[in-house]
Amino acid sequence: MSIAKTLFDKVWDSHVVHKIEDGPDVLFIDRHMVHEVTSPVAFLGLKNRGIPVLHPEKTFATADHNTPTINQHLPVADPLSANQLRMLEENANEHGISYWGLGHEKNGIVHVVGPEYGITLPGATIVCGDSHTSTHGAFGAIAFGIGTSEVEMVLASQCIMQPKPKRMRINVTGELQYGVTSKDVALFIISQLTTSGATGYFVEYAGDVFKNMTMEGRMTVCNLSIEMGARGGMIAPDETAFHYVKGREFAPTGTAWDKAMDYWQTLYTDQDAIFDKELTFDGSLIEPMITYGTNPGMGMGISNKIPTSDTVQGGATTYKKSLDYMQFNEGDSMMGKPIDFVFLGSCTNGRIEDFRAFASIVKGRKKADNVTAWLVPGSHKVEAAIKEEGILELLNNAGFELREPGCSACLAMNDDKVPAGKLAVSTSNRNFEGRQGPGSRTLLASPLVAAAAAVTGKVTDPRELMEKETA
Amino acid sequence: MAYDKFTTLTSTAVPLPIENVDTDQIIPARFLKATERVGFGDNLFRDWRYNQDNSPKEDFVLNNPKFKGKILVGGKNFGSGSSREHAAWSVYDYGFRCVVSSFFADIFRGNCLNIGVLPVQVSASFLQKIFGAVEADPETQIEISLPEQTITLIATGEQESFDINTYKKNNMTNGFDDIDYLLNIKEEITSFAKNTPL
Repeated sequence: MSIAKTLFDKVWDSHVVHKIEDGPDVLFIDRHMVHEVTSPVAFLGLKNRGIPVLHPEKTFATADHNTPTINQHLPVADPLSANQLRMLEENANEHGISYWGLGHEKNGIVHVVGPEYGITLPGATIVCGDSHTSTHGAFGAIAFGIGTSEVEMVLASQCIMQPKPKRMRINVTGELQYGVTSKDVALFIISQLTTSGATGYFVEYAGDVFKNMTMEGRMTVCNLSIEMGARGGMIAPDETAFHYVKGREFAPTGTAWDKAMDYWQTLYTDQDAIFDKELTFDGSLIEPMITYGTNPGMGMGISNKIPTSDTVQGGATTYKKSLDYMQFNEGDSMMGKPIDFVFLGSCTNGRIEDFRAFASIVKGRKKADNVTAWLVPGSHKVEAAIKEEGILELLNNAGFELREPGCSACLAMNDDKVPAGKLAVSTSNRNFEGRQGPGSRTLLASPLVAAAAAVTGKVTDPRELMEKETA
Repeated sequence: MAYDKFTTLTSTAVPLPIENVDTDQIIPARFLKATERVGFGDNLFRDWRYNQDNSPKEDFVLNNPKFKGKILVGGKNFGSGSSREHAAWSVYDYGFRCVVSSFFADIFRGNCLNIGVLPVQVSASFLQKIFGAVEADPETQIEISLPEQTITLIATGEQESFDINTYKKNNMTNGFDDIDYLLNIKEEITSFAKNTPL
């Protein structure tokens, strides 16, 4: 009798090269994505050991974290950034790794371009020196972020040493309300679990809400798994996933495709499989979400009031410190708070669907005068689609401009920094103190909420603007 | 890279009783531009430690000469957020060899173990005991024994044990490195790779 297995166990177990007693598993890695910030010290390590990259053909490099989002055709002005980018190019060339640098037609955020070009595949193990590698779990891959020592490990051996995490399943049932997006679902789950609620677990997302989601939506959800502490999150691949992958440049073709499909169709959780933890939420109760504090767990429905410190989990001191930083008070309503910046982009919400959503609200309206808006596509492919679909024209008519692809203000490594004290509505993934620039204050939200803020100049429920349109 | 061996550490500690200390606080992204592992300690807790004009913030613990030592004690969920190993590097480079908390974020914990900083997870009540003792007397000595897997407040003898898997414990005790281990099983990896479909 075969033992009932979870999706996670099926993929994990088939990649275990070697087991160490009372230690980690040695896991084979199918795809290793590399970017400029977390790789130079790893390549230096290889050099010091005098060893090559074991599987350069399974390794892909793109520049994204530390790149400018204007004038990419000009030399990078900041010497430290320019040096870091040059190192990536040199290392990639030296080791025979595909390199999609600044200006390359395939350049973009690593977690956007991986799926776009079919590097991300169902049932694969994927790592990258970036915590949002969890994004690729949308395809039924085991994908997680790693540190630089581990980047070196994977370059050297195509393997990683990891203790096997526990399994958690999160079911979201029912149908989402109009105006509620995948981002809201993820922010809702994190608000329920807190930022450490899934630490030690690998999450499977199940239920109708995820079944009915597009791949872009699933990527947004899996992307944010790390924000509740989970190493990764995954969704069983189905027709939606197979359809997305088919025909992409690096995806298998012909008989290889058929063979892959035979395997991919076995990738689901068996009926009697056991999870270490299982949670179920009613999707129809989720509102458009917004955060009010300095971690992604501090989120709430947009029409709610900021909770009082006696009602929250964790220490009141930390909670109050957080609200002080945000210049908010317990019991405040978020609606109507004037904002200064809007950031649409990142590996969380920098895909074409996100720009379509943003445009749907902006259409026929104007950017509010008090708002600086940074709209940053996740890749050149997204940028091209924005132009082709007429979204750029629509945005321009409403007073918005489009920047060039990159991680941009999500982590503010480049010049896209929100100034101290300014309040930004961002579609990115972290509202940590100073994340978007020293002293910056971030409200995380969906592209719809960001668009509503961009045209009204304040925190606004996007449904108010959407209803007007249908009326 | 092989790192310092870790057996027993006896030191005073620096208390940081804040929860959810994220990696953007430990080292902000704008300081991740180096291509070598040098100088990260200077920017440890940069924005909590310095004003925007680079003058020290007097009320931050690293600027308080009373508190020093090789042990950093943080609140629950220490190291959440990004995978940047630079966070662990900056902790190490500043001079810490051990971080104590009641809960660690996964990636940060792994990064620490990989560079020779020992993450010691204690109960919430023991953590409070440590904060209390250190704040009452900054000279409080704490002993961390990796072979025994114990953390002890020396003055009172109060002690708790902590978990670490045998493999990692052996690595840290001897200064061994994961990559050396993997290179030793390279044949096993190569034959596995031949049979992978992707």
